[in-house]
Amino acid sequence: MALKIVKGSIDRMFDKNLQDLVRGIRNHKEDEAKYISTCIDEIKQELKQDNIAVKANAVCKLTYLQMLGYDVSWAAFNIVEVMSSSKFTYKRIGYLAASQCFHESTDVIMLTTNQIRKDLSSPNQYDTGVALTGLSCFVTPDLARDLANDIMTLMSHTKPYIRKKAVLIMYKVFLKYPESLRPAFPRLKEKLEDPDPGVQSAAVNVICELARRNPKNYLSLAPLFFKLMTSSTNNWVLIKIIKLFGALTPLEPRLGKKLIEPLTNLIHSTSAMSLLYECVNTVIAVLISLSSGMPNHSASIQLCVQKLRILIEDSDQNLKYLGLLAMSKILKTHPKSVQSHKDLILQCLDDKDESIRLRALDLLYGMVSKKNLMEIVKKLMLHVDKAEGTTYRDELLTKIIDICSQSNYQYITNFEWYISILVELTRLEGTRHGHLIASQMLDVAIRVKAIRAFAVAQMATLLDNAHLLTGNMQRNGICEVSYAAAWICGEFSEHLENPMQTLEAMLRPKVATLPGHIQAVYVQNAAKLFATVLKSQEGNTDSTAAQETSQLMIERLPLFVQSANLEVQERASCILQLVKYIQKLQQKDVEVAEEVSALFAGELNPVAPKAQKKVPVPEGLDLDAWINEPPSESESEDEQPKAIFTKEETKHSRPRHIEVDEKELARRREARKQEQANNPFYIKASPSSQKVYQDTPGVEHIPVVQIDLSVPLKVPGETQHQGLPMSDQYVKLEEERRQKERAEKKKKEKKKRKEKRSGRGKKHDSGPESEEDITPAHMVDIVTEEMPENALPSDDDDKDPNDPHKALDIDLDKPLADSEKLPVRSHRAVEAAKSPGEDGDAETVATQQPKKKSGKDKRDDKKKDKDKERKKSKDEKKKKKHKHEEKEEDLLRGEVHEPVVQSEGISQVAELPTSTSAEVSDLDFWLSNAPVPSNTQEAATVAAAEAPVAEVVSGAAQDSEPDEPKDTEMEETKSSKHKKKKQKKEKEEKEKKKKKRHHHHHRHSDGGGEESVQNGTVEEEEPLPSMSNYCLLAENSYIKMVYDIQGNLQDGSQVVVSVIFENKCDSFLKSMEFNVLDSLNSKLQRPEGSGPHDGLTVPFQLPPGVSNEARFVFTVQSIVMPQKLKGTLTFIVKNEESSTHEKLDFKLHFTCTSYLITTPCYSDAYAKLLESGDLKGSSLKLEGVNMPFHHLLARICFHHHFSVVERIDSCSSMYSRSIQGHHVCLLVKSSGQTVSIDAKCDEPTMLGNVLDEIKQTFSQC
Amino acid sequence: MIKAILIFNNHGKPRLIRFYQYFTEDMQQQIIRETFHLVSKRDDNVCNFLEGGSLIGGSDYKLIYRHYATLYFVFCVDSSESELGILDLIQVFVETLDKCFENVCELDLIFHMDKVHYILQEVVMGGMVLETNMNEIVAQVEVQNRMEKSEGGLSAAPARAVSAVKNMNLPEIPRNINIGDINIKVPSLSPF
Repeated sequence: MALKIVKGSIDRMFDKNLQDLVRGIRNHKEDEAKYISTCIDEIKQELKQDNIAVKANAVCKLTYLQMLGYDVSWAAFNIVEVMSSSKFTYKRIGYLAASQCFHESTDVIMLTTNQIRKDLSSPNQYDTGVALTGLSCFVTPDLARDLANDIMTLMSHTKPYIRKKAVLIMYKVFLKYPESLRPAFPRLKEKLEDPDPGVQSAAVNVICELARRNPKNYLSLAPLFFKLMTSSTNNWVLIKIIKLFGALTPLEPRLGKKLIEPLTNLIHSTSAMSLLYECVNTVIAVLISLSSGMPNHSASIQLCVQKLRILIEDSDQNLKYLGLLAMSKILKTHPKSVQSHKDLILQCLDDKDESIRLRALDLLYGMVSKKNLMEIVKKLMLHVDKAEGTTYRDELLTKIIDICSQSNYQYITNFEWYISILVELTRLEGTRHGHLIASQMLDVAIRVKAIRAFAVAQMATLLDNAHLLTGNMQRNGICEVSYAAAWICGEFSEHLENPMQTLEAMLRPKVATLPGHIQAVYVQNAAKLFATVLKSQEGNTDSTAAQETSQLMIERLPLFVQSANLEVQERASCILQLVKYIQKLQQKDVEVAEEVSALFAGELNPVAPKAQKKVPVPEGLDLDAWINEPPSESESEDEQPKAIFTKEETKHSRPRHIEVDEKELARRREARKQEQANNPFYIKASPSSQKVYQDTPGVEHIPVVQIDLSVPLKVPGETQHQGLPMSDQYVKLEEERRQKERAEKKKKEKKKRKEKRSGRGKKHDSGPESEEDITPAHMVDIVTEEMPENALPSDDDDKDPNDPHKALDIDLDKPLADSEKLPVRSHRAVEAAKSPGEDGDAETVATQQPKKKSGKDKRDDKKKDKDKERKKSKDEKKKKKHKHEEKEEDLLRGEVHEPVVQSEGISQVAELPTSTSAEVSDLDFWLSNAPVPSNTQEAATVAAAEAPVAEVVSGAAQDSEPDEPKDTEMEETKSSKHKKKKQKKEKEEKEKKKKKRHHHHHRHSDGGGEESVQNGTVEEEEPLPSMSNYCLLAENSYIKMVYDIQGNLQDGSQVVVSVIFENKCDSFLKSMEFNVLDSLNSKLQRPEGSGPHDGLTVPFQLPPGVSNEARFVFTVQSIVMPQKLKGTLTFIVKNEESSTHEKLDFKLHFTCTSYLITTPCYSDAYAKLLESGDLKGSSLKLEGVNMPFHHLLARICFHHHFSVVERIDSCSSMYSRSIQGHHVCLLVKSSGQTVSIDAKCDEPTMLGNVLDEIKQTFSQC
Repeated sequence: MIKAILIFNNHGKPRLIRFYQYFTEDMQQQIIRETFHLVSKRDDNVCNFLEGGSLIGGSDYKLIYRHYATLYFVFCVDSSESELGILDLIQVFVETLDKCFENVCELDLIFHMDKVHYILQEVVMGGMVLETNMNEIVAQVEVQNRMEKSEGGLSAAPARAVSAVKNMNLPEIPRNINIGDINIKVPSLSPF
């Protein structure tokens, strides 16, 4: 044995360690791969040994090889072995290797769960630390689920070193296992106030990361973060928080207002550039969110811009870069303030640093105006020349086009200049943006009618010199431009000076080398040109010229007929046949020109790129439905047809009818128009645009501008140059033109002045011309693109459905349900034995904590579950089903449970809505404290929200303090807690936290008063008296019926009546039939086919002593008045000897309250509602009400379906909504035994009735 | 979030790679090459931020790097990180290396990749910044090193002796060292 050990260690002595491996690799530079492969073989040998040290050494070397790009996943199992070593040294190596090469699909990961759990709970904090670090890199959904609870525990570890790691890793856990977010969040929130700055920073980090993706869920944390921001001195934390606020402000403008002041203070005071920069960024975000109507924040903007200018002027390139980056954010909302720094930004364009130049380019976009566009573009063109063969040049090119075409060519005053810029851009070699230039040319030529003549001339020259363009044949290369050139020349051939020459150019053999889709356009447009040429030639007496043209076509077209491209081939052969036919006619001296050009008559309107997408799907059309039965699978055809239709962009410029039969053509055109007119799917021009563009005479009305022929109409290729590129000449011309205009204007003004002789010339005539002064060179009307008539307004890009953060969009303010506990290891066997026969809920129960439960507790849990399910779906049917399940279970236990139903009602109706709305109102409260005198309107709404609260704000906290132990569920809304938190000291806070936990425990018992007393869990707290909305319907010696009415939110005309039948006798009750005499207003919904007087069978029988619930749906028309319906229940009483038929009459009372539905309402919405003035008021005074205020509120909430919007001390605003959408608002004030209720509602009759009912409720007690 | 941390030398040889998102080994190498290509052609006096890098992330991601003597330290981060903050973090990291290795040079990183990883783990965890206080980082690293020593280290005493013997026999060792004379000079920057 000893010998073996010695032998082992001698072996080890000759093992390579990491250093040896590295050294070896460096010594084998020539045959590195070979050397490494021998090393890998050695490593494989080492991994086979038992000695863990050898294995660890091998794994360490593998980690190095992984960095060099070798796949080491084959050793995954060995890595796990090393991870599980008890020695820290080896464990660390194992976890490092795992974190470098494990990922979600590594299957050995599932073996690690227990090992990691063991390490997490290790007494050595560094074992835990190493495990946490490793886990953060390879956590999978399974690991996250299984370990979430262990990590949660570590968040409260005694060592801050572990706490901060545990906090950080929670973010990864949330990503992989979103269900853990809600249960873990409270503790995470606690960590924001951890005494250790590292832990605090980690918590801020995690919450910021979460909030960045789903900011709205974290708005309620704003006060806490605000406090941190004003108290923290850690720049890292500050930066994170400030960044977070930047994400929150767009959601809550009031937050922005509150932030501005501390942020500006920070900007002034901090010396750290990083912090300064983030502050500026967030101030910008705030200003953007407030962009409307905040005149007095111009100071802040000025401050930001000024600070940014300092950054940009700094010699540090990093600051310069960031300054420009932030500038571009301001640019969007406050372009004016950025424009004043134009000089600086233009200067940055010359910077040697490409990153900075790119940023400056972004800014240019917003700097241009009519005045300086030409100048800026000229500068950019210079850069284009300099930046030969870089991606930067492509970037420049796109920017030039972006700048010029922005907001519908708003800044272009001279389109001739723009066309020549585009033509100049075609000189760029190797660009990937040929397509972009081409589409611009097309766009301008189509939409700016006045420019067509000029554009056509330019394009004709381009076509003539096409050999310059065709050097680059790659797709999207510059050759794309000839696509546009050919189309423009063809479509607007009437403007061509020498169409014959262009036709010739388009039919050159060299064209056949162009990409297919371009050739196709050439061929098609050659035909258009041919038509034009014929027309001009037929006018002459000499008919031979026309025939020669046909001959030219016939000679050249066969080249294209042979094209390999189908599109080209098809078009070419059609046109060839057409021309041959024309030639025949020409030989017979028939005049054909008219008819040929009729083929291409008509104007094309530009259609917006999204137009097709925006056509709404007509009602009743299901695009997914099969038109025919789907083909059976056996007939699977191979998918070849698809390959034939390549994705080449082939624009069918128009339907081609080759037949020359004019009549037939006309007939068809007529028919088509008819069809289009009737066809709802055809995209029609809007009537107005049709008027303008469809009549051909319209075109003539457009003022065609005299082109100054001092400018040569040629491509500035290698042949022609007069010193300046062409666009520059236009710049000159434009300047001259402007000067002339100015001079004229001056003259006029002078004249005026002479006439008026108004002494001091207030008008500064020599000042710089303002934007408006520059008139465009000629009136261009830019045709807007067409949209379908009833276009859908929005088509926002959908978010990536695979985004893992989507799953984390979880409401964190809702109270936790029991079922949301993190899964904990449990002994499944015991669990299974405990819950026999609970099929439905077995799963959820199994994952819950295995605490010992009495039967009653368990039932409580079930209630919770059910509550949750109910929250999720308001589906009535589902509810019914659950009820039944519950009842059945109760039957099994042989108990009668009215209270169960009641408590359900309480927790469902009262608890949840109030607590959520209170949370939000709390934030409102914090925000409304902001000093906001500036914006009166905003302030008004805030004030309105506060109005019911204001009088009692002072001393609210002290008053409620002694009450605190007595607080019950209603009052335990977080709202009150928060406020107190601010005023109390930390000690008390801790106490309260404890209490909070207590409460969590108490919650279920509080709900149902009776039960809690039985359980004895509530000792010192005064419980709410038990409440039930079920009131007696009818009773005799056999049966008792109680009922409750609930509105149905989905259907404004339905209410659901739940009736509990209780068997009071010793006999069996069966064949129960429930019938009601309908009134005009209210009707019982009966199954189809039954008459208006038929009864409904109650779907169960009642054994002795048992009760069960049935639900009946009623339809109501008017809900403003209460009413009563008479009805009868018939049933058979059966005992051993006999059975008798019995009957019980009852009266159903539909109160107005029963039409109300508890609806939570945020206080700002509430304030708006009150402000709107649509509501009519009424009020009520109750004397001698002897109950605590919260009981009073609870009663109103419970019996009358209201929710608390805001409550301060003994004053509360409440809200509810009827099934038909009436808003009911209450302001309840209590002083001594007097309670006054001010109410508002849009339906006064209903309000009166509701108030009467409230009065009655309190008179009963 | 930090998506990746790459350290490579002036020739693009990786010295440490740390991805916080899964990429295959081939992809990792490709990213290193691309990043090196982007970074290496930039002058030393231009800014330290770089957009692009088509392989990693999209427009939301930035490369933030620093160049020290023969090494590039590149962090790929998204918009939730402060650019200047990360620059400072790189500085903190390098200063920590300098403390732990005593005048760190490229050779230290070459031969002790594992140790560099352990130091990095105390600075960044799972793509999130864990600690920015250098003293705290150094303290934690030292405690763990002491633990390792008390356990006898990876290659315990006998193996180390042998490796010393092996080194003595190797004439090419000095040849390697001559690259190492260029220490990473850690300039003292203005405090964060």
